[in-house]
Amino acid sequence: MNDPQPAPSLYAAREPIFPRRVSGPFRNLKWIILAVTLGIYYLTPWIRWDRGPSLPDQAVLLDMANRRFYFFWIEIWPHEFYFVAGLLIMAGLGLFLFTSALGRVWCGYACPQTVWTDLFILVERWIEGDRNARLRLHRQKKMDLRKVRLRLTKWGVWLLIGLATGGAWVFYFADAPTLARDLVTGQAHPIAYTTMAILTATTFFFGGFAREQICIYACPWPRIQAAMMDEDTLVVGYRDWRGEPRGKGKRTADSELGDCIDCMACVNVCPVGIDIRDGQQMECITCALCIDACDDMMAKIGKPRGLIDYMALSDEASERAGKPPRNIWKHILRPRTIMYTSMWSLVGVGLLFALFIRSDIELTVAPVRNPTFVTLSDGSIRNTYDVRLRNKHGEDRPFLLSVRGDPAMRIQLEGTPYDSVTVPANTAYLQRVYIVTPKGAAPSDRANTPARIWVEDLTNGERAHKDTTFNGRGN
Amino acid sequence: MSQHEEQNKAANHQPGDPNTTGHKWDGIEEFDNPMPRWWLWTFYATILWGLIYTIAYPAWPLVNSATAGVLGWSTRADVASEIVSVEEANAEINGRLAAIKMEDIAEDADLHGYAVSSGAAVFRTRCAQCHGSGAAGAVGYPNLLDDAWLWGGDIENIHLTISHGIRNEDDPDARYSEMPAFGRDELLTPEEIDQAVNYVMSLSGTPQDAAQVEAGSVIFADNCAACHMEDATGDPEQGAPNLADAIWLYGGDYDTVKETVTNSRFGVMPSWQSRLTEAQIRAVATYVHQLGGGE
Repeated sequence: MNDPQPAPSLYAAREPIFPRRVSGPFRNLKWIILAVTLGIYYLTPWIRWDRGPSLPDQAVLLDMANRRFYFFWIEIWPHEFYFVAGLLIMAGLGLFLFTSALGRVWCGYACPQTVWTDLFILVERWIEGDRNARLRLHRQKKMDLRKVRLRLTKWGVWLLIGLATGGAWVFYFADAPTLARDLVTGQAHPIAYTTMAILTATTFFFGGFAREQICIYACPWPRIQAAMMDEDTLVVGYRDWRGEPRGKGKRTADSELGDCIDCMACVNVCPVGIDIRDGQQMECITCALCIDACDDMMAKIGKPRGLIDYMALSDEASERAGKPPRNIWKHILRPRTIMYTSMWSLVGVGLLFALFIRSDIELTVAPVRNPTFVTLSDGSIRNTYDVRLRNKHGEDRPFLLSVRGDPAMRIQLEGTPYDSVTVPANTAYLQRVYIVTPKGAAPSDRANTPARIWVEDLTNGERAHKDTTFNGRGN
Repeated sequence: MSQHEEQNKAANHQPGDPNTTGHKWDGIEEFDNPMPRWWLWTFYATILWGLIYTIAYPAWPLVNSATAGVLGWSTRADVASEIVSVEEANAEINGRLAAIKMEDIAEDADLHGYAVSSGAAVFRTRCAQCHGSGAAGAVGYPNLLDDAWLWGGDIENIHLTISHGIRNEDDPDARYSEMPAFGRDELLTPEEIDQAVNYVMSLSGTPQDAAQVEAGSVIFADNCAACHMEDATGDPEQGAPNLADAIWLYGGDYDTVKETVTNSRFGVMPSWQSRLTEAQIRAVATYVHQLGGGE
């Protein structure tokens, strides 16, 4: 009896999954989302947008070298990065909203891992056949010519998709037509090739081989989102009160059997390899393909659809008692989703507001504090400021600088006797600015006096200002 | 039967299990499993790699140094080659900077920008020790931000000062002047010095005793005006400071001014001609000139 049991292995090998082809409304919706998302991804870099002669004409461009982000009519400079942060916050809140209302709808429909895996499985089916053919090919030990040919064809197409994925990515960072030509002629930057190689490899491996392993083991999102879900969240589930006891065979009047005929259609179509009839599971990405598969079967045996369906767990008790489920909007509209929606809208409105009040000229003022002030020979006090003037127009603009704060303050610009300076088109121009107060004036003797530096675009009168401090002898 | 084999017959030992190490603690034994083969070969490979590496690169400590390595690599050589490559890259623009007329530098935006940036780097390395990292100077070391210049503040004069220094005996071209020590050398009596100090301080607006000022003005005219000028505005030709302005190199209080008149001052600046290239000197001159006080 004291035979030592061999220690269980800590490593679980992947169980290969061969999802069967399925058709139905959810499958069709997923095909549409796949086409739209992939279309957006692949085509966006090729959309042109005229911005005048000195700026790139690519509608969406992350111009790292010149530190600009172009999005159609919006141009974001590095100091406006909060727009990107705001959009990311909105994306996060939007994800929270959808998760609390519809469960893992992101995972099931829109996540790149799901979309590309779907595409890869489609390719796999075209080349190697549907579930049973693929199973046979998998179990065939001998690497005969047919198996080698099918495998190589499949991997070849996967590689091409991966290459196109990495290829599309780099077009977001440079002028797409130019880069495409350079990539083909071998003149593109090594970073472009390296990025393409990495993304090709990850797409090939994640979509072809890792698949649901990414969702189960690599992705943190499935673990986090349980925090956003509750019993009113719509999830994919099995109405066991209707289906059980499952079993094959004729349903006669006195038969005990439920609606589930145990045809395994829901299991065979599942891309993550679970049995939804076992209840809610961590692996389920709510892709809803089992709903399509089961509805199809129910139609064939003349039973109502919805043995497997989107449902809220809060309805379970009443459904068991034979009542119909509550209206879907009663589940969706609840404090949690309303709160996520309002937070999402607040950030959105804030961003829109910031976008509209954004001016085409801007300045930042950095006081030079080494030394805090300089005494000039006539006893006047001078403070120095590094002023960065931003001209977002497509042409050079004359900027007039002035100071408000104390009547004694006079402004001077380094390198020019005038109070104005020409800032070249689309640049941030560094100008050293002096504020001088005469001997005996109040700001000269005080520790510090608030001052406001104004800049005015002399061509259209647009103005901007920044507040700063003037240091005097009392400092 | 050896002791090992004896132990291997221990109660829990199964046929096919590896030998034990022979160690036994409270009845717990340890299998003598071999290292995984891949691990062992990786380990040998790292040893081999280490040996080759220490032959190729500096490694083994000797008494006062270390083996140099057959590849001859050193961090110093790396830095030297980096410096050479930067200097090569800048050779063209440095040549232009050294050849152009000083007052034309400001006209050429590219050249001016380069001169200011590289001049700032040289300033931080060579000049900041005395003149401060912000060029605000210190007691005895002129503030380069203000509009008072002992030896002239246009770019030519700044260039001349940096090239040869001031009151510097190593460089015959350095500008030189010397203020007499009126007290130490007994050129003036202590009373006359007090009067002169009263007068000088009255020039910049500090209220002083009227009688002393009156007497001091005569002493100033006789002894000081030759260099500091009749109106005490100084003479940049001789490095004689303006005494009527608000700026004091050594301090503007009574005792400090009296100390200056009594023992005089002799501020020295080194010559940089032998230590910096012409392009570097011009770059620093351009940098200093645009700090806010340039004339």
